[in-house]
Amino acid sequence: MIALYLTLLIPLTATLVFAVIGHWKFAGTLNLLVCIATFVTSLLCAINVFDHGPLMSPGKLFYVDAFNVYLILVNALVGLTTAIFSRPYMAHEVEIGRVDDARMRLYHSMYQGFLLTMLVALTTNNLGLLWVAVEGATLATVLLVSLYRTPESIEAGWKYFILCGVGIAQALFGTVLVYFAAERVLPGVEEALLWSVLKEHAAQLEPTVLTLAFVFLLVGYGTKIGLVPLHNWLPDAHSEGPTPMSAILSGLLLNVALYAVVRYKMLIEPALGNHLPGYLMMGFGMLSFTVAGILLHRQRDIKRMFSYSSIEHMGLMTLAFGIGGPLATFGGLLHMIVHSLTKSAIFVTVGHAAHVAGTQSIDRIRGLIRTQPAIGWSLLLGTVAIAGFPPFGVFTSEFLLFSATMKSWPWLVIPLLLGLAVAFAGLFRHLQPMVFGEPPQGQRPVRANLLPVLLHLLLVLWLGISIPDVLSRWLDQATIMVVGKGVL
Amino acid sequence: MSLTQLPLAEQAVLTLAALVLFTSFLLLAQNRIVSLIHTFAWQGGLLFVATCLMALTSGRHHLFISAFMTLALKVVFIPWQLRRLVVKLDIRREVETVGGPSLIMIGGGALVLFSYYVVLPIRELSFLATRNTIAVSLAVVLVGMLMIITRRKAVAQVIGFMSMENGLFFAAVSATYGMPMVVELGIAFDVLVAAILFGIFFFQLRSGIGSLDVDHLNRLHEVDR
Repeated sequence: MIALYLTLLIPLTATLVFAVIGHWKFAGTLNLLVCIATFVTSLLCAINVFDHGPLMSPGKLFYVDAFNVYLILVNALVGLTTAIFSRPYMAHEVEIGRVDDARMRLYHSMYQGFLLTMLVALTTNNLGLLWVAVEGATLATVLLVSLYRTPESIEAGWKYFILCGVGIAQALFGTVLVYFAAERVLPGVEEALLWSVLKEHAAQLEPTVLTLAFVFLLVGYGTKIGLVPLHNWLPDAHSEGPTPMSAILSGLLLNVALYAVVRYKMLIEPALGNHLPGYLMMGFGMLSFTVAGILLHRQRDIKRMFSYSSIEHMGLMTLAFGIGGPLATFGGLLHMIVHSLTKSAIFVTVGHAAHVAGTQSIDRIRGLIRTQPAIGWSLLLGTVAIAGFPPFGVFTSEFLLFSATMKSWPWLVIPLLLGLAVAFAGLFRHLQPMVFGEPPQGQRPVRANLLPVLLHLLLVLWLGISIPDVLSRWLDQATIMVVGKGVL
Repeated sequence: MSLTQLPLAEQAVLTLAALVLFTSFLLLAQNRIVSLIHTFAWQGGLLFVATCLMALTSGRHHLFISAFMTLALKVVFIPWQLRRLVVKLDIRREVETVGGPSLIMIGGGALVLFSYYVVLPIRELSFLATRNTIAVSLAVVLVGMLMIITRRKAVAQVIGFMSMENGLFFAAVSATYGMPMVVELGIAFDVLVAAILFGIFFFQLRSGIGSLDVDHLNRLHEVDR
């Protein structure tokens, strides 16, 4: 229990401390230390859950079970490795004069603030608080998107603010409707938004209200997941914000929003007694997957390109959870981990590549492998991993997902494979010259810390070759929670 | 059961709901920025009265806290801050021409009908008054969205955004007597932070693109040209 509280308290304290003391030489290091501490406590928390089962805080406000604890761990890990990356990266940005001290203070404070909101969203048992935390994540990151204060970044920030704000407001309406349905059934009004309580009474909730609520919730949180056609803010925010932000937005925020939708699906589907939420998710997922794969081809900005790849993968996961069934869900859960790890590794590399070339434009990033082999290879391997090549973990999860689709929706496999091929072609078409092309004059290697990339890719490789027993049992427990039946 | 047979308090709440919807249409049509801010404050005031009424009749006294948070945030703080910014940025006299005003009003009307249509299936389980207020609050949310879509000035979009929040708050209060306190506080905190961030953004927009007209935000494209 203490580990759980600490996991939340450490980033909270750090947010305040960074906001008060401002920027100084060792802020990056302190940021890193804080992330290490958060990671350790979340690891303790995970071990605790693994040994003793779900944890519930005395006031029932926080609840950690097999499903969210592994996401907490992934969150803390990606937060930590991104902090390793962000220290030299942001130091470089300060050196070239893109940001000043005041903005670095904002950056560090909001970095921790964002991690805090993500952790609150994952640990809370209260569906209202979940909404507050997801909205809080928007508020924490919105000024970071416009950190560079160029007209483009301000445009991206404004779009992000308005679109996500409007989108997430729909989710609040959905939450109000769920509360409305629950309040009629449950005795204690204060408990009517607690997930653990609602889950027990799911069968008594009014189906018509819940159907309506789910539509609003899917649209609302779907905006955050980046589902097409609600995805417009995502490529802009990712491409214009500082790169560590892109890494944690892609690696964490999208996952957490999807987590919220899946939690609601777990609640609402049994209450309805039909598969409507699943169908809706499948439709949105398939659309996002296809459209993002095609739009990948037409990008000129390297970060925009990879943000479309994020949309594509989020679509795939939404589809997986929509299909339901133990195998698809297991694949979806695994895909959440491997996508988080791979995508944040890619954004880290992309950040360094952009520093080497001095631009984010795909046309002008050339010959990385000759200028700085480490970055070139990381980008190549990262892209290979995200495109779903064996032996990386993304292959495993996509394979599981496709087998599940084959079983229940055989016709869907054809567009899925096609979409995968299209996305693969788009990625490699742009990647090839960037990595192997002729480097332009005056490209100089930068000081890069590729430890996070190495760590993430090794983990993804490990998950591809053999999923450790602990993790597979864990994911299986989560699968049982989501669909009621495990794979193993 | 007809409206006149309802208890007086519920009739009053319904009247307030109608007035909230009315102010939301006023916001949609109003083209002077300062009047827009005042109308928004009035909407907040109506919400305050409605919440107090609900608190009195239902006996749930935590609603008074929500009511006073609304009063402080949406009637006093946000309009005051917006007004201050408008004066500071010197756009008080600017009049925004709303494109196709009659069409937008018809659109707003259609959204109200749509909201009633959406809420129709939950007829069986709930009381007349509640059903009406859910429909009205959904309509306020949607009209707020319409306002964000149709307005070009950043300040007007912010007011649309905040009036959407008003709709959500009204839904929470009228349909369910308010959310649990911790959620209410969280939402109020979010709204407060959002209001402050919007203020910061006005200055960024002004310095970045030289105006508060979001039509000038057109550099980023879905695909390259």
